[in-house]
Amino acid sequence: MNFPAYLRSLAAKFLHRSEVAKDMEEELRSHIQYRADDLERSGLDRAQAERQARIEFGARERFKEECHQSMGGHFFETLVQDVRFAVRILRRSPGFTFAAVVTLALAIGANAVVFGIMDGLLLRPLNVPQWETLWGTMYNTSPGWQSYPNYVDLRNRNHSFEDLAAFKFAFTGMDTGKDLVVANGFATSGNYFDVLRMQPYLGHVFHASDEHGPNSAPYIVLTYAYWHSRFHDDRSVIGRVVQLNKHPFTIIGVTPPGFQGTLLFISPDFFMPIVNQAQVDGEDFLNARGSDHGVFEVIGHLKPGVTAAQAVADMNAVGAYLEKTYPKEFAHQNSALAHEGLTSFTGPATAFVGGLMLLSGLILLAACANLGSLFAAHAADRSREVALRLALGSSRNRILRQLLTEAVLISLAGGALGLLGSVMLLRRLSTWQPFDGAPVHLPVSPDARLYLVALALALVSGFLFGIVPVRQVLKANPYEIVKAGSAGRRLGRRITVREMLLVLQIAICAVLVTSSLVAVRGLMRSLHSNFGFDPQNTMLVSANLTMAGYSIDRVPAMQKRMIEAMETIPGVEHAGLVNDYPPLVYTAGSKANVFKDEIADLRLSNVTAMPYRYNISPGYFAAAGTALLTGRSFTWHDDKSAPAVAVVNRDFAGKMFGSVSGAIGKYYKLQDGTRVQVVGVVEDGKYAVITEEQQPAMFLPCLQSPLSQAYIVVRSHRDPQQLAAAMRSKLRELDSGLPVDTKTWSTLLAVVLFPSRMATASLGVMGMLGAMLSITGIFGMAAFSVSKRTREFGIRVALGAQRTEVLQAALGRALKLLAIGSATGLFLGVLATRVLASIVYQATPRDPIVLAGVVFAMALLGLLATWIPAQRALSVDPMMLLREE
Amino acid sequence: MDQAQLLPGTLDLLILKAVSLGPLHGYGVLLRIGQISDSALLVEQGALYPALFRLVRQGLLKATWGVSDNNRRAKFYELTAAGRKRFREETEGWNRLAIAMTTALAARPEEI
Repeated sequence: MNFPAYLRSLAAKFLHRSEVAKDMEEELRSHIQYRADDLERSGLDRAQAERQARIEFGARERFKEECHQSMGGHFFETLVQDVRFAVRILRRSPGFTFAAVVTLALAIGANAVVFGIMDGLLLRPLNVPQWETLWGTMYNTSPGWQSYPNYVDLRNRNHSFEDLAAFKFAFTGMDTGKDLVVANGFATSGNYFDVLRMQPYLGHVFHASDEHGPNSAPYIVLTYAYWHSRFHDDRSVIGRVVQLNKHPFTIIGVTPPGFQGTLLFISPDFFMPIVNQAQVDGEDFLNARGSDHGVFEVIGHLKPGVTAAQAVADMNAVGAYLEKTYPKEFAHQNSALAHEGLTSFTGPATAFVGGLMLLSGLILLAACANLGSLFAAHAADRSREVALRLALGSSRNRILRQLLTEAVLISLAGGALGLLGSVMLLRRLSTWQPFDGAPVHLPVSPDARLYLVALALALVSGFLFGIVPVRQVLKANPYEIVKAGSAGRRLGRRITVREMLLVLQIAICAVLVTSSLVAVRGLMRSLHSNFGFDPQNTMLVSANLTMAGYSIDRVPAMQKRMIEAMETIPGVEHAGLVNDYPPLVYTAGSKANVFKDEIADLRLSNVTAMPYRYNISPGYFAAAGTALLTGRSFTWHDDKSAPAVAVVNRDFAGKMFGSVSGAIGKYYKLQDGTRVQVVGVVEDGKYAVITEEQQPAMFLPCLQSPLSQAYIVVRSHRDPQQLAAAMRSKLRELDSGLPVDTKTWSTLLAVVLFPSRMATASLGVMGMLGAMLSITGIFGMAAFSVSKRTREFGIRVALGAQRTEVLQAALGRALKLLAIGSATGLFLGVLATRVLASIVYQATPRDPIVLAGVVFAMALLGLLATWIPAQRALSVDPMMLLREE
Repeated sequence: MDQAQLLPGTLDLLILKAVSLGPLHGYGVLLRIGQISDSALLVEQGALYPALFRLVRQGLLKATWGVSDNNRRAKFYELTAAGRKRFREETEGWNRLAIAMTTALAARPEEI
């Protein structure tokens, strides 16, 4: 077929209807005129000739109709007719339409949001050129921290990568001369931008050739977003000098818009060469082979033709070489490659999104079951109309087509509404900063793929619930229905498709309700579990003395003055200091290798335990609310001139010495060979994440190994937020150039609880959606059965039936279905929550409160949903009814 | 002479043939078909138009309004490039069929 001609024909037909009709009319008239001319020539007079011509021509209207069909597009015409009819039908039952559209909008909206999140987290690659061949190297499946010298060796000794870049985080106070603000960036190897094949948006970037040893490259490159927000797109910033932690750095360039570093969740403000890290960290990691703080991740493009497996073998070979050469500092774990971006979050994120997809899929299925039964009821209501149309010669195909058009129309409306909601929600999510002050964001943005998915979902669900009444229509016998009247259809005792759908739907909803209750209980339990410290009424004052330009030998004295200053504030009970991060803050925690005292060869294969290591000041345990089980805590005399001492937790004592009481006075060794004497044992706690197994921990006096990055833990009688101003002003008195940050410990716990909270919130929303769906489902079913049987109830009441008997007749079946569905759902839900346990901490379905909660919730839903139909059944007036019939 | 019934599908080919001899309006197509078939083929007047519309939709004919010799406005049809191609193909097809049919029907017992 000639397509343009076809389109022209269609366009003429639909866009210029009246012109086409006029055109056709004129053509036929001219034909008759010609014929009449001929007839006139053969001897007839004009009037007779014209009459004769018209008769010869035949049924003019029929031919016009045929011409119309010849123009093509009959399919569309039927569609337009069907849509018009469907709109009319739907407008006639606004309640049904509203319920159906809203149900679908919720279901499709939920699915679109989940897809948007999946798209943002798992499907969308990093915004860098040729991301397909860009890999991050991992040791032992976690990208984790590694040492800088090991990175340099891997870079120089491997044969698989074009080049390898490394980066870590740089937390700084950035002083532009006008103001001092905390800015977080990446400290990267000089080749970072070249490895990523990234060109600057403005100015230039640094290269490997700029690195000439420690602190040789004082340059920073701003991200476009930070340049925009902090420097207001000022092109003259290139060449300007800013102070990072009191050291001068020159701004040399701006990265392109859309580039947000090489981690999906964390967008840096700027990039600086890693060779200058000591100026920012206050500590040199460039030569510390044994330290895991040198590099966060190593990334690079594979050479053409090199497979991932070959590269991994290569990395393992380099690792084995390093372990042999540096047995004290490096223990090789198997290497792996992962696409850069999510890194260690890939597993949990996949599980989380997978779980969400499953649940939202269930929601959509439940919604389809719901709408299917609604549609079947709707179609049954219209059986008389359908029968009449069949009797008048309409084909069954035509009627089914019309019913499907109705279903798809509803699903498209619902889909559009759901999409609108989900786009708004996703826009909010993408600008949402879950943690105050931390550069964490969710990289989601609605795009064309989302619209396509929503459209596909809408169409599929439209067909899914649209075909439910098909069997009903195909089986319909017009003669019987027209004869018997609409009320004549008996509701049989056998189980109908509709009832099965209802059970399915209630079961799905019960699964959702069970899951959300399990998640909520799990979250509540993890909030009230024993952390090994008491976050209530505790303020964490972060004071990074490096940012204020303190050299490490001046740090301990200053820290002591800061603690003492805190203790002078009225209302403060205790104050103590912990280096780096306190437990459960920013999921940070560093581990150290320890050895039994009798081990002489301190190679890594002889490590006895890897406890979390905290350097604390005297008074820390009191301030943190950690109970001392036995022995003593530290004093200010445990300094560099005193013997090395430690306080360990119960788990450590058990692992190293067998018992708590037996640990006091015993010795163990650190990696550097120092013999440490245990002077006290404290209770166990949580350290890096809430879901961790019980871990050993040791606490060393901060005076024996000072660090400039520290938090002061301040415990008070009342809400510490009220004391925040006093704390800040006290520290300003000590040093006005000190960037101070105060947050309550409970606030910072939000970060480690974030995954649980997110999971619980999403499950809660899904559970609510499920509950709403089951209400509408049961309501629809009950209301339908009551309305179909009002006459029967009238007769029952007239014959003396009691209210309970009427109710039983009206709702017994709906409630029985509810019970079956709920029981099935509860059972499945208990099975499904095994999956949940991986996301939500302490999620266990074997919890009487959860089980009772589900039963109660489903019963309540049943009561709610059957209330109105029950009222209707009870208010039946037999006299009215019998008279009407 | 008796008028023969049209075989199904032959109307389109006849119309293409008629129009290939020069642009025609609808009535003209009828007259031309009568003339070239020695009035042996009869086309129902009204049935012509759906066929014409179909051929236009398929892009084989092009229609333009014009004025005929006796000063009457009429819609004239002419072949498009695609129409000429289709006309050639269908003519060949028809000829092959006709020869085959004629041969088949002329077969005598002694030839088998």
